[in-house]
Amino acid sequence: MGEMEQLRKEAESLKDEITAARKAVNDASLQDTVSGTAVVGRVQLKTRKTLRGHLAKIYAMHWSTDSKLCVSASQDGKLIVWDSHTTNKVNAIPLKSSWVMTCAYAPSGNMVACGGLDNMCSIYNLKAKDGNVKVMRELAAHTGYLSCCRFLSDSEIITSSGDCTCVLWDIETGTQKTVFAGHLGDCMSLAVSPDFKTFISGACDSTAKLWDIREGQCRQTFGGHESDINAIAFFPNGNAVITGSDDATCKLYDLRADQELITYQDSSIMCGVTSIAPSLSGRLILAGYDDFNCNIWDSLKSERVGVLAGHDNRVSCIGVTADGMACCTGSWDSFLKIWN
Amino acid sequence: MQTVMSSKMATSNNIAQAKRTVQQLRVEASIERIKVSKACADLMHYCGEHAKFDPLLMGIPASENPFKDKKPCTIL
Repeated sequence: MGEMEQLRKEAESLKDEITAARKAVNDASLQDTVSGTAVVGRVQLKTRKTLRGHLAKIYAMHWSTDSKLCVSASQDGKLIVWDSHTTNKVNAIPLKSSWVMTCAYAPSGNMVACGGLDNMCSIYNLKAKDGNVKVMRELAAHTGYLSCCRFLSDSEIITSSGDCTCVLWDIETGTQKTVFAGHLGDCMSLAVSPDFKTFISGACDSTAKLWDIREGQCRQTFGGHESDINAIAFFPNGNAVITGSDDATCKLYDLRADQELITYQDSSIMCGVTSIAPSLSGRLILAGYDDFNCNIWDSLKSERVGVLAGHDNRVSCIGVTADGMACCTGSWDSFLKIWN
Repeated sequence: MQTVMSSKMATSNNIAQAKRTVQQLRVEASIERIKVSKACADLMHYCGEHAKFDPLLMGIPASENPFKDKKPCTIL
């Protein structure tokens, strides 16, 4: 037997081993476990604020950890930092490249980042002494579009790219610290764990991967989706992951059981999921869809308990504040809405 | 000569890739797994413990909602 054939056989055997190991611990279903729990009552959130100012599709938004400021990115070539309480624009940052696909707020509130078809992640200092917001670093090395970025701190950021890799960068030196390779399709989204030790990525190969940031290693791979995973988030306790896919479903995977626990789907939903965020307790999952709506799911009972209807085009991004007080949706209709 | 050289390189690249795949699968196969029943119970417990602190779930009184416009009351 040639070496290649031997390796192929070994890979198949290991995949069977993983399937068997997952089956061996599959002693219950989430549905059975929660059968005694009542479904959450109808959740009716109202639009409290509409943030107007972008002139084209909004592709991304991210809350600051202060639960008041947020940043949004639009293909009108601007990043806008908003005070969501007053709807005032704190900063309107013109971008070199208007083809932006993602933005992020640093946990400190000192910086924002964005990137897109320019294949770069640009870091902006919001607290420069002269008051002018300008580019602090341009992180260039990806050979594909920047789909998502998330700060670990003011000195480190993780990016995901259409080149199928994720990268941990040193912002100070502008260099790559670690390249996380393994996905077989464009990486579309990433989320950092509450303890900052791991991150998860969702890709066009229909899998989600859990990565150890310091070891630079993929620890677990989750399959089951039938199409691209566009959105990914951690469940608030850090032990589970929620994903949203072009296959019109969301799924919850438990990290310690190493498998999918539940799928959030409805025969009436036939369009892709673009964005996903859990509420503070994790009991509600808010997901944005291509059909202009956002559905609210009871995460344990897997039933739809609410809808956020108000946008006139695709909901492209969604975020819940750190204090859980509000949810923000961003849309191709150029508006952001704050709901609670 | 050149074609033979590049196909040899392609083969060794394929083998290197296959070795990496096998190595990665070994890592993923070796993790400790807990029972699904425990995972579900822990999720339920977490949601239960934190539900009362979840504003989107419990609702927010108007006076405590920083996003709600506070309209002045007019006494007619």
